[in-house]
Amino acid sequence: MLRFVSRRLALMVPVLVGLSLLLFAWVRALPGDPARALLGERATPDGIARVNAAYGFDQPLFVQYFTYVKALLHGDFGSSIQTGRPVMDSFLERFPATIELGFAALLLAVVVGVPLGYLAARHQGRALDTAVVSGSLLGVVTPVFFLAILLKLVFADQLHWLPTAQRQNPRIEATHITNFYVLDGLMTREWDAAWDALVHLALPAIALGTIPLAIIVRITRASVAEVMHEDYVRTAESKGLTATVISRRHILRNALLPVVTTIGLQAGLLFSGAVLTETVFSFNGIGQYLFEAIGQRDYPVLQGFIICIAIVYSLINLLVDVAYGVIDPRVRAS
Amino acid sequence: MPVSVKRSLGRATAVLAIATLALTSCAKSERDDSGSGSGGGTFVFAGSAEPVSLDPFFASDGETFRVSRQIFEGLVGTKPGTADPAPLLATSWDVSDDGLTYTFHLRDDVKFQDGTDFNADAVCFNFDRWYDMPESAQTDDLTYYYATLFRGFKTGDRSDEAIYDSCSADDATTATIALKKPFAGFVSAMSMPAFSMQSPTALKKYQDDGANNPRTTDYSTAHPVGTGPFEFESWERGKQITLDANDDYWGEKASIDKAVIVAIDDPKARADALANGEIDGYDLVGPADIKPLEDQGFQIENRDPFNVLYLGMNQKVKPLDDPKVRQAIAYALNKDEIVSASMPEGTQTAIEFVPPTVNGYTEDVPTYDYDPDKARELLKEAGAEGATIEFNYPTGVSRPYMPQPEDTFNVIRTELEAVGLKIKPTADQWDPDYLEKIQGTEDHGLHLLGWTGDYNDTDNFLGVFFGTATKEWGFSNQQLFDDLKEARGLPTVEEQTPVYEKINQEVMDYLPGVPLAHPVPSLAFSPDVKGYEPSPVQDEVWNTISLG
Repeated sequence: MLRFVSRRLALMVPVLVGLSLLLFAWVRALPGDPARALLGERATPDGIARVNAAYGFDQPLFVQYFTYVKALLHGDFGSSIQTGRPVMDSFLERFPATIELGFAALLLAVVVGVPLGYLAARHQGRALDTAVVSGSLLGVVTPVFFLAILLKLVFADQLHWLPTAQRQNPRIEATHITNFYVLDGLMTREWDAAWDALVHLALPAIALGTIPLAIIVRITRASVAEVMHEDYVRTAESKGLTATVISRRHILRNALLPVVTTIGLQAGLLFSGAVLTETVFSFNGIGQYLFEAIGQRDYPVLQGFIICIAIVYSLINLLVDVAYGVIDPRVRAS
Repeated sequence: MPVSVKRSLGRATAVLAIATLALTSCAKSERDDSGSGSGGGTFVFAGSAEPVSLDPFFASDGETFRVSRQIFEGLVGTKPGTADPAPLLATSWDVSDDGLTYTFHLRDDVKFQDGTDFNADAVCFNFDRWYDMPESAQTDDLTYYYATLFRGFKTGDRSDEAIYDSCSADDATTATIALKKPFAGFVSAMSMPAFSMQSPTALKKYQDDGANNPRTTDYSTAHPVGTGPFEFESWERGKQITLDANDDYWGEKASIDKAVIVAIDDPKARADALANGEIDGYDLVGPADIKPLEDQGFQIENRDPFNVLYLGMNQKVKPLDDPKVRQAIAYALNKDEIVSASMPEGTQTAIEFVPPTVNGYTEDVPTYDYDPDKARELLKEAGAEGATIEFNYPTGVSRPYMPQPEDTFNVIRTELEAVGLKIKPTADQWDPDYLEKIQGTEDHGLHLLGWTGDYNDTDNFLGVFFGTATKEWGFSNQQLFDDLKEARGLPTVEEQTPVYEKINQEVMDYLPGVPLAHPVPSLAFSPDVKGYEPSPVQDEVWNTISLG
């Protein structure tokens, strides 16, 4: 397992080098000038020239690329053009927000999705199954931004049940240690802060979690339905094993393999959904920051954040592969 | 389905349902408790972005200045509700006849928030600090205002043009500033947050002007010290800035205990947050949100406009180089219709490129009142009937001077087509595509743009637009450039007034574009907020506010 993990980690290096080159080319190919974005209406030709010289944007592209890669190899992701702050600082400040949101969304998707999919498979063709299947279809086809706006309109703007924006009520004095607000509240025993952070998470997490939930329902349903008719399940039944043991050991465990793959893939895709959800709910995670950075042509932020996301995405995939091994010993052996 | 699984699922569903119910009811009660009673309390205000720095000298953005105005004060403030200079840390000032020496008489009862004295030495420390700025900090993203207004620093490629000479502390409450060249807008400029007085002790301890980026130093992120009614408590990046009332403030002490500033990018999201009780007030209200908010009992406060929206014309593009075509376009526009269709109530139509409150404004300028017949006639004379003209406008933006550009574009387009012109619309994302195209290239024709003034100086409008040849306007009118340069160099505002009046006439005669309107920027507040005093130059200090 250790060798497998190290090999996978080593493989990430060429992927990241390739990505850095692609990203560099893509970001520089975007129309628009970061100096003008920085200076806004106050930009003058002289002012732009000075800013470009200060940030090295007047250098030939290949010089800029090598400067960038050299810094990257030293763990320096550069500094934001807009704020002047190291990209890594901003990433680390905001990443917990996105992880918290992504985790809540995924938790919702798994906790609700797997049992629903299982139930639908066990009641194939009946009303419950039809309801779950059509519900999940609706979930899959509803765009994240639309759902986010709809949820916000109904539950925040109209009913005033839940907050419309931010991660925590500014009036609550909360201590932040990890920047995972719910966790911070629990760690510091500031229960009101933890609860408030949870309340702020509710709508964005539902918006972000709906598509993964619908997909997990469908995959679980299909997978359970297939496994239910396997010979070994029939054998287990004929051996007189209890229904609980058969479901846990034989059906769920085998059916979960494709579900875990799906969860892994969805975890990665959550990042793209987070850009939209965070923007709608002014939820200060990396998604919202990235969205702003595109508008501002903040090259270092765009490059740094996307590389960080790529690293996280690769690590999630690696975790999924390790999880395979845990669930299915045959994978571990190979 | 096995009974046990059924049971667990049932239990899980019940728990989830209860949790959801509890979650929503608690959220409601949380909000209900969050208001503040009379006296004290926390005022939560939403801006559109986070500040870039807590050291206002290194900023030119409104969000930094909003926070700065609470912590810092300048030698000069503004008269409430106007852009005119008024005493603040200086009780009065004398100007020499040649306009080169300014003597400021300072208050003697002011201390910085770190307990050190505010006096003439502190004033000179600040002036000398700005002038001595290291070359690494002499870029427009860091020191735009100083470089623009004082023309240069002690070192660097603009040192020959620098107009600051020296500062002397005559006694504890008298500071004399000597300039190398006259600068009539000097006193007005001193009301800008960028020129706030900062604690020399705190600057020496925490600031490093020569740092790789002086906006990210300890001082600029965590230790700003001024003389204002609020002192800095914390800045949680991506969440909020918290300020505490300064109990030792020399003036009217704040009645609120704390002020919290949050950043919500989208104007509609700010409106939603106010309606939902998450914030007490916000800036840059979208025109479409004003009526619904008022209907729900929220307060709308308008600032007197200190801006101008114009229809620019690039003379590098035919037939806009023809004065008759430019006049025809001006006559074709019904400004009242444009304002009523796309701007908030209270917006004034514009007859020149400066708002009425700015020095040199005159009603005695050539006006081009709506007259479509005359427009057609002029187009015919110019041989431009049916000409196709590109019309650039921005999308995805709402500026104080341009609240709804798409709507403004649509009205103007209809009016221009009505006199026989063919319009080729080109829409671009505001940031940075549109600005790049309009200001950085010659690839545009008619376009919408404008400006919000920083302080009461005519050069801050006319000089910005027409001080030199630019790609935006595509013309070179040396007479106009020279006149503006001469006006800028006059020693007093009184001497400048008639000269700028003449320049305004000259500009409207030449007609490089059509000034359209001075839109009213709005703020919105919950019914509990009392005493907010809007300012045309956003000199809004929250010690006047009370809650409940």
